[in-house]
Order: sequence, then C-alpha cells, then structure tokens
Amino acid sequence: MSAPALDIDAVLADRAVQVMVCCGAGGVGKTTTSAALALRAAERHGRRVVVLTIDPARRLAQSLGLAELDNSPRPVVGVEAAGEGRLDAMMLDMKRTFDEVISAHASPEKAEQIFANPFYQALSTSFAGTQEYMAMEKLGQLRARASGARAGQGWDLIVVDTPPSRSALDFLDAPQRLGSFLDGRLIRVLTAPARVGGRAYLKVVSAAVGSATGVMTKVLGAQVLRDLQTFVAALDTVFGSFRARAERTYEMLQQPGTAFLVIAAPEADALREASYFVERLRDERMPLAGLVLNRVHRSAASHLGAERAAAAAEELDDAEDPPSLTVGLLRVHADLMRRHRREQALASRFTGAHPDVAVAEVDALAEDVHDLSGLREIGERLAG
Amino acid sequence: MVSGKGGTGKTTVAAALALALAAGGRRVLLCEVEGRQGIAQLFDVPQLPYAEQRIAVASGGGEVWALAIEPKAALLEYLELFYHLGRAGKVLERLGAIDFATTIAPGLRDVLLIGKVYEATRRREGTAPRYDAVVLDAPPTGRIGQVLNVNEEVAGLARVGPIRNQAGSIMNLLRSSATAVHLVTVLEEMPVQETCDALAELHRIGLPVGSIVVNMMREPLLAPAELAQATRGKLPVTRVVAGLEAAGMGRRSGHGTETATARTARLRATAQALIAEGVQHARRVALEREQRAVLEGLGRPVVELPALAEGIDLGALYDLAERLRAQGPA
Repeated sequence: MSAPALDIDAVLADRAVQVMVCCGAGGVGKTTTSAALALRAAERHGRRVVVLTIDPARRLAQSLGLAELDNSPRPVVGVEAAGEGRLDAMMLDMKRTFDEVISAHASPEKAEQIFANPFYQALSTSFAGTQEYMAMEKLGQLRARASGARAGQGWDLIVVDTPPSRSALDFLDAPQRLGSFLDGRLIRVLTAPARVGGRAYLKVVSAAVGSATGVMTKVLGAQVLRDLQTFVAALDTVFGSFRARAERTYEMLQQPGTAFLVIAAPEADALREASYFVERLRDERMPLAGLVLNRVHRSAASHLGAERAAAAAEELDDAEDPPSLTVGLLRVHADLMRRHRREQALASRFTGAHPDVAVAEVDALAEDVHDLSGLREIGERLAG
Repeated sequence: MVSGKGGTGKTTVAAALALALAAGGRRVLLCEVEGRQGIAQLFDVPQLPYAEQRIAVASGGGEVWALAIEPKAALLEYLELFYHLGRAGKVLERLGAIDFATTIAPGLRDVLLIGKVYEATRRREGTAPRYDAVVLDAPPTGRIGQVLNVNEEVAGLARVGPIRNQAGSIMNLLRSSATAVHLVTVLEEMPVQETCDALAELHRIGLPVGSIVVNMMREPLLAPAELAQATRGKLPVTRVVAGLEAAGMGRRSGHGTETATARTARLRATAQALIAEGVQHARRVALEREQRAVLEGLGRPVVELPALAEGIDLGALYDLAERLRAQGPA
C-alpha cells in the first residue's frame, strides 16, 4: 500500500501557512528537520522565517548561531536567501520565558516574591510540563510579533520544534494540565479554605478539606505548605487565568494557517507514537500536513534481494580463494536490504492505518548534520 | 539503575541485566517508572499492574519479578502506609491533590518513584531480603541526574518532616556502593555525547557509575584494508564485477536474451551500487571507531552487546543476559 507523497515545497511555498509545528517522539530528528525546513523556506521560497528550537545538539546549535542563549531570535549567518527571504533562529530558554511572563504581568514587588519562592524555582526549571507550556507561550509571543510588524518586516513563517517529551502527546496535554491545575479546585482550597461554609453539603466538603489540608501539613510539613500557599496566591493574582492562555494557543493551532508535520523514524516505537499523534490531531481538528519519515534506508541495487545476496556471499566464501571484497559487499547489501524490508513493512502498517496521510521519506545520512550545507542536503531529500 | 538516551535500548538492557542477576537461583525485581509498559512488551506479557509479579525464570531456580511503578498509586500507598488515610485519601484524590503531588509538586514524583524502588530493596521476608537485586529501567540520560538528585531537591525544599527523612535515606542508598548506574549507548555521536554529559553529572552528584554498555554493536563486514580503500573511494569496480560473475550473477534470471554489452553494463551498475553501500558502511565503521575511543576515554568499564538481526524476543534476552554475565556488570 503506498501513501500519497507529501509535497514539502508546496507547503513551504504556501503563504497561507504561517506556523509549522514539527512533532513526534524523541530522537527521530525533529530539531534537524525543523531547521532544514526553515532554511529551505528562506532559501528556496523567499519566506521570512523564524525557527524556534527546543533542545538542539550542540554543534547544530552552533551552526545556527545559537551558541548564546538569550531567548530571542537572531539572524542565522550564511543563509543564501531568495528574494525577501530571511532566517532567524532561537533556542527556547524555559526558565527565562517563564520569568518574562511573570515580569510582564506582575508588579515588581510581586514578581520578586514569586521569583524567590522555592516552588517557583522548581516549577520553572524542572516540572515536566513547563517546557511544553513555555514552548506554546513563546510561539504565541512570536506570532504576536510577526503579525504586529509592518509589511516587509517581521516573519511570515514560524517553524516550531517541540520538546523531547516522554510521549509525543505531552506537547498537547501539558499546557492544559498546567493551566487546569493552576485554576483548579485544589488551588482554591489551598488559598481560601476559610471561605467554604454555610450550607450543609458545604460543611461536609469543608470538613473533608480540613482533613485533607491536615494530612498535607503532616506529610509535607507546615513550612512547605505555607510556601505553597504563598506561591499559589501570588501566581493566581498575577495570571488571572492560565487556562485561558492555553486555550488561545490551542485555538491558534486549529487555524488553517497552521501546518502540523509528524516526524518519525522507521522504527516500531516511533511509528506507534506517530499514529497516536495523527489520531489525536484529527480529534482536535488540528491541520496535519503529513508525516516525515526520517532515516530511511534504501539501495540503488534493490533488484538484488537480501536472500539472494546472502546466498551468493556464502557460495563465494566457500570457494577456494574467495573474492573477499565481493563477499563483504554482498553481506553489506544483504543487511541493507533486510533493513529496508523491515522499514517498509513498518511504514506500510502505518499507511494501512492512515491511508490519507501524505508521507515524505528522507534517506539516512552516514553522519550527523551540523552545518548549513548538511541542512540543505536534508532539505533536498525532504523535497524528494 | 539502567539509563541511556532514547532509542539505545535501555529497557532491553535492563531486562537482560535482571535475567543475568537472577541466574543461579536469585530473585530480582525489574521496575519501570515511565508508564510505557516497555517491560510487558519485551516479555510479551499483558500490561503490568501496580503489583509485583513473576515474569521470567532463570537457571538454578532464579526468578525475575516485574513492577510498573505508577506515581499516583505509589503516593496513595505511601500515605496509607505512613498515615492510615482512609477517607481523607479519597478526598485528596477528588480535590486534585494527588494529581498535584504527582505532576507538579517539585521533585515529589521522582521521590515517590525512586522511593518505591528503595522500599523494595529494604523489604524483608523473615531474616532475608525479599529481593537479591532490584533493577530499575530508569529515565533517559537527559533527565537521569535530575531524577536521581531530586531527593536532594526535596530535602532542600522540605526542611523538616517525613519527606525530608525519606529523601535523605534514599540519597544515602543511591550514593552507596550498593548502587550502580549503568549507561547504555550506541556508537553514534549524539548518544555518546549524552553519555559523557550524564557521566559528568552523575560524578558531580556523587552517584556511582557502573559500566558503559555499548548496545547494538555490529561487526565490520569488510576487511581492514578494504575499509581503508572504501574511505578513500578506491574500491575497484572490475574486481567486484568479476566477483559477481563468479557468483553466477552474469546469468540473467528468467528468459530473454541479453547482449554482452548490456550484460556488462548491468553488472557494472550493480557493482557500483554495492560499492556505494560499501563506502557508507566504511564511513559508519570509522565513525563508530571514533565514538568507541571517546567512550574508552571515560575511564569506566565498557561492555558490548551485539545487534540482533531477528529483533528481541525472550530467547534473545537470555542471550544478552549471558553476555552481560560474561563481561562483568552482573
């Protein structure tokens, strides 16, 4: 079963597409793909592009001029842009983004109070959903800047790499989770336990809440609970509603100006995640452009199958004075063909389940990509 | 503890290590903490509940038990154990306090997960420990330092109280010689870089690093001289054409006639394609050598496990376990 081909150049050339989100399991080449797409959009299609990377490999980051972390986009040196095209790049600094959100919405004193709270320190640096939330936040900011700029300035395409989550779906879930926690019932209980009272059922709730906070005090210690209450109270007044922000970003992602690309490698786990993601995007009515299948292996001598190559190698090897070079090459080829067959089987299982999802395959490179010419090469392969 | 970059096969190595440690009649607990059900997939058993169950046997009556540690269940269990919560536990859950504690309260999630592992190591049956060894399929190298050090983070956050005491005892165990963190990698640039970074971080935190496990090793298929020729782009096409002829590939499969010229062109094209693949192979071998040298320079024992062409099944796990035993880490 063969999938429709994903025409990457058509997507990059389409001026109506203003946001591209690359998502998928960790370790499938999301960051490299995002950078390659952004570069190609600037160089081939004259787009004014900003690429938001999350956690690039060190040498790739250097080649994009991201050695310094300052949490705002910088022009990439060495881009041979077409027409009006340009490429800016930035790497997400999650802590700084969070700090900026606080500073933008709180009085200086309140901000100081929040920054000093141990719960904020932990939430802004190590909570598993913060990176996802901040990636969304930064995307929102870039989008506002892009559309606010006068004609000819700013960007007309934002390419976003997503965080290397445990599961690809975390990117869609975490902001909501953080948002709903911060306006959740627990927070209301912690911040205003005394408010509850009056009617009979509320008394029951109140008693239960009393015992719950009692337990939390015992488990966490009174100091921790106090820190937590201050933190939550401070955040609460600052934000008004976290959930509303998360929802706005969500809505933006559902607009036709967004194109999602699901990135995968031809491995069982990565394709399983890709399947989940495709289904989830459909459920959320988010526009999916297609699947990029990275690191695909194929051969220019595919008429020579794995079994035949392996058998020929065996036969030659048994001869007197075997031609060792040919034997070795046939074994290399047999391995490659087996791998190719395994990958194609996995890919067609995906396509069987999602026959309407367009696919672009990218051949495996022998070495990792860490410069612009490597990214151009990936771009060529993406475009097919 | 077995950590590694995603895609390096750390779950497989953790499972093989558990089997290796169980050989000779020992009882081993294999834990996972990321809700992936990777152990169940690997051993081809139904999803693991939050309860220990036996999933494999080893020589001399050895047993491997498995547990998927789930933070919410671990917290409720913990609260029940230490505070006899009863109804208040349900209220905490309804209010979202359990969600809060396991997803947002800094470090608490990791304390709970590692705390459960800690509890398993302490558990006794009569006078003997319940388990001779506990193997954790730990979070990936990118987070391993943070996860294992979070006990410190919580200790800093909770200045007094039971969580602080608990965190302190866990940290003592982790830093003792009873613990080893093994790092799984493959011979590629990124995973090796992450291994180096993780090693430095584990040293900084004072956690004992065990072996570096190079997984999915493949032997070079060309002789050293041929690899050198390939890297220089100098593999002789005529010799390969002759080799293909000797293998009977000069004869056309099926019927039809083929002119001598067409035949030569076909064989040359095949030979050239094979040579191009040989060059890629040689470049990969060279890259792997470089990465191998980087790992050798880290000063930890390096253990090798082969790539298994037929994929991983229970038979393959026993095979890998045997190799781990032979090379030392178990």
